[in-house]
Amino acid sequence: MPAQVSAGTFFGVHPNLGRRSNHRCGVAFLAVRPAPIQHLLNAGKRYLRRVPDPVSEGFLDSSSGEPLLPAARQAWIDAQLAGWGDPVRLHRPGRLAAQALDQAREVVAAALGARPDEVIFTASAAHSNQAAIAGLALGRHRIGRRIVTTAIDHSSILTAAAAAGSHTAVEVDHEGHLDLGRWAGAVATEGTAAACIQVANHEVGTLQPYTEAAEICLRAEVPLVLDATTALGRIDFGDVSGWSVLTGWAGAFGGPASVGILVIKKGARWRAPYPTDDYQDGRWPGVPDVPAIHAAAVALDCWLQSGHAVGERQHDLIHRLRTGIVQRVPDVDVAGDPVRRVPHLLTFSVLYVDGETLTLELDKAGFAVASGSACSASSEHPSHVLAAMGALTHGNVRIGLTCTTTAAEIDRFLDVLPPIVAEIRATVGTS
Amino acid sequence: MKCPRPIIEIARRIGEVRVGALVELLADDPAAGPDLAAWCRMRGQTLIASDPPRFVVRRES
Repeated sequence: MPAQVSAGTFFGVHPNLGRRSNHRCGVAFLAVRPAPIQHLLNAGKRYLRRVPDPVSEGFLDSSSGEPLLPAARQAWIDAQLAGWGDPVRLHRPGRLAAQALDQAREVVAAALGARPDEVIFTASAAHSNQAAIAGLALGRHRIGRRIVTTAIDHSSILTAAAAAGSHTAVEVDHEGHLDLGRWAGAVATEGTAAACIQVANHEVGTLQPYTEAAEICLRAEVPLVLDATTALGRIDFGDVSGWSVLTGWAGAFGGPASVGILVIKKGARWRAPYPTDDYQDGRWPGVPDVPAIHAAAVALDCWLQSGHAVGERQHDLIHRLRTGIVQRVPDVDVAGDPVRRVPHLLTFSVLYVDGETLTLELDKAGFAVASGSACSASSEHPSHVLAAMGALTHGNVRIGLTCTTTAAEIDRFLDVLPPIVAEIRATVGTS
Repeated sequence: MKCPRPIIEIARRIGEVRVGALVELLADDPAAGPDLAAWCRMRGQTLIASDPPRFVVRRES
């Protein structure tokens, strides 16, 4: 880290910029990453390789959010010193904040093959998803109000689609893959305002045939929302060009949970479905939290700079976990595609065991996991993802590896799980 | 009955009928529908009717 951070140089304000009449600066300047920020990114690369700290050991719930990367935490703190201004103001603090905001847009745009001025920062994944669906529904209300999704999209997509007026949820197979034939039929149905597909599912990790789905939408001239929340930073999908609006969330890749990502392609028939103001070109209202947005961009860049090393390691660890669980615990239903998936997620359900007890017992043993079972989740209903896939919903455990999860942690998990399951089954008389 | 109680109950009782016979299950748990279908798949039984709160399973093995 730089020993001292000077407000004048932290965001690398170019001496020739002088007074700017617009809060956006030139692309030529943005193409050059200022040295201090590069320094932070290098710190991030080191972090992605280093051993876990005691606090995050046993934390296997990155599907709820990757713990804040140290590089992002430091960038957040540093940006509080230099990037706290209102980015539409012409004074120095305002210009510094605008600079940081532009750099963040540049990082996100480069990762997605988009233009920096197409990138908007919202407050969460749910906000981005709602804005994406409602904005296309509004922009295309003369065409119709039907929104086509898959049955296993995130709940914020499903509720936004239902709120648009008419919702078609296309079925998936047992591993969570979209049925492309049914997708084509649904998308081509008259009155379809927009369609939405995930790059990868947030619970089971299965990759959707998003390239083919996007081509179908292009042919039908129906705008596509690509929900990249689970995949962003973790797999390459920048070659997909068929989407109109893309959504993401910084909390998923170790940035602040308060930063949602919304990318609206030029020419997309999207209209803000809420009152707007001068910020972010009238696409998302309110003063942006620039320090958090800067930290989000640093977190994303950490993943992009680390290449495939973390993902390959996580893919192997999940395979080890998947095969180990099936070998050691009888009557387990493992969900999702074993190969074509994001590297870090695994979902399985244990027959005759309730998810709440299993989650609490694993917590006692030092492992933090999520569950999609009705009795352990925040709702009375089981995971709609598992139900739509025909997977067992009780006794469910959702594992999300962090970038520092080790093979030793996975082996310890495989050691503690079988006796916990055996004990719970014994108490209900099904062992 | 909350999950996974309905599934535990049918697993206990299915052995009391002969192969080919039907077992009726009444369960108001929202997870009973998907879980009964998954249990039948895992256990080689057949879900004949799924009309919550009433479910019918045929013993196959």
